[in-house]
Amino acid sequence: MNLFRLFSRSQSAPAARERLQVLLAHERASAGDSDLVVKLRDEILRAISKHMEIDSEKVSVKLERGVQVSTLVVDVEIPFDATRKAA
Amino acid sequence: MGKVIVVTSGKGGVGKTTSTAALGAALAQNGDKVVVVDFDVGLRNLDLVMGAERRVVYDLVNVIQGDAKLTQALIRDKRVETLYLLAASQTRDKDNLTPEGVEKVITALKAAFDWVICDSPAGIERGATLAMRHADVAIVVTNPEVSSVRDSDRIIGLLDSKTLKAENGEQIEKHLLLTRYDAARAERGDMLKVDDVLEILSIPLLGIIPESTDVLRASNVGAPVTLADGRSAPAMAYFDATRRLKGETLPITIPGEKRGLFGKIFGRKAA
Repeated sequence: MNLFRLFSRSQSAPAARERLQVLLAHERASAGDSDLVVKLRDEILRAISKHMEIDSEKVSVKLERGVQVSTLVVDVEIPFDATRKAA
Repeated sequence: MGKVIVVTSGKGGVGKTTSTAALGAALAQNGDKVVVVDFDVGLRNLDLVMGAERRVVYDLVNVIQGDAKLTQALIRDKRVETLYLLAASQTRDKDNLTPEGVEKVITALKAAFDWVICDSPAGIERGATLAMRHADVAIVVTNPEVSSVRDSDRIIGLLDSKTLKAENGEQIEKHLLLTRYDAARAERGDMLKVDDVLEILSIPLLGIIPESTDVLRASNVGAPVTLADGRSAPAMAYFDATRRLKGETLPITIPGEKRGLFGKIFGRKAA
């Protein structure tokens, strides 16, 4: 059984190599704190908080760094308070 | 005028101290005058690996603060007479290392030795940046493992920006020393291969040190691995690395790799 597992297991080194290549490409580009995606995240949240109070528990920021493109998903829950009038 | 080498890695536990001791001893065994300097203030270990832990009286911080003369603080190896150790302080913290103090000590050591080998602490803070500051040559110690490779990449960035050579617009000479390499696991596809690491970090290869019980055995008895058993696989790999350091072009051999792969081995480019 163990022997079977040993032989049927897929190789892990290619995954290590690929993950490192993607990660380091991003880290090298952002050396000196100029990571665009992180800047965007901060500015987007700042812009939103100007107009409404953001409950930090209700904000989900997802970042996916890819080889060619990175995606930033900012998901902000906007509460609807019927008792309050719009400012 | 001697050459200043920094042995660095970012990540801890990859073999900086082992490599500093082994390379320093190997160079001295060839007759060169060598001093190994421990920069890990607060967590010194080079003295232990060198087997000189009971003979430390003064340390680097004492010299910097003027409590001791450099000649008083240098500990001569009992086995190789051209090998010396300058220990780090165990009781002070790393704030006692000042840029001016370090510069004075390194300048004095350079005038007296052929090689000044600085054993960097892990991390990227003061101790690590001061250890690399005056280096002519950097040896980046890396394990074939993702976190070590990432940290090495970070350190290479610092070597290219925070060293005196970099600030003067010169290139610091950088070499990769791949340690704890297991050829069988790499062959099975469960460990990054030499070429994977070289491609990712893109600095020339100084040597491949195999994973070996001889390394632990040597540190147990307080001897650099090149002195403990000069015929062991890691010792021979370190001897080859020192020859490359001195400018020889040697084919890189992968310790423990199958005989059938000789063509591949000799086709590889050395540092």
